[in-house]
Amino acid sequence: MTSHLAQVPLWAAIVIAVLVVLGSGLTLLGALGLVRLSSFFDRIHAPTLGTSWGTAGVMLGSALLFTLTGDRLVIHEIVIGALMMTTTPVTLMILGRAALSRNGGARPRAANPASITAGLDADAAEGGSDRR
Amino acid sequence: MSETILTVALTLSQLCLVLAMLLATLRLLRGPRAQDRVLSLDALYVCGMLLLVVTGMRLGSSYLFEGALIIGALGFVSTVALSKFLLRGEVIE
Repeated sequence: MTSHLAQVPLWAAIVIAVLVVLGSGLTLLGALGLVRLSSFFDRIHAPTLGTSWGTAGVMLGSALLFTLTGDRLVIHEIVIGALMMTTTPVTLMILGRAALSRNGGARPRAANPASITAGLDADAAEGGSDRR
Repeated sequence: MSETILTVALTLSQLCLVLAMLLATLRLLRGPRAQDRVLSLDALYVCGMLLLVVTGMRLGSSYLFEGALIIGALGFVSTVALSKFLLRGEVIE
């Protein structure tokens, strides 16, 4: 039934299996961190596991599989991987700035580290409240 | 032999990605503020895109990659639009 999977040699099957399971496992770990971590500025780091090595592992495995089965070229996976690698930092930086401005105005000054930690503690404290 | 290895690995990977989508949906429903919901929607987009790619690998079909590409591009655009709305109060100024 799935004859295209039987065409792959054994070493490539092992490499593809390791890459795909690593990528999806890291994505699952990032989603688990998205649920488990306490404040927003902790949680914004968690899904980048899925967008960096999660995407890279799945895309490398897919490129290897479809190159070896001879179905088509590998350019699609490279396009998706490059798109994800370039757009995720831009997205999360805009979202972090939006969260900072929603938390009450000015960005924390780097010259005074105590104000940064105080702001993060205040964010963690208000995480359980019902403020939208 | 290689078919067995690949079938087991792709099934496990599909299960992991579906569980990741469920966890992101949980944060999307539960998130205390709006930026948590936007962040979990972005994670949900990425997990759905990877699930589409892994399903395409399992079926041997090349059409699902076009869908994954579109999901990646639209996820970027929608997350940027929602973040701009949270930042400024409007999307196009």
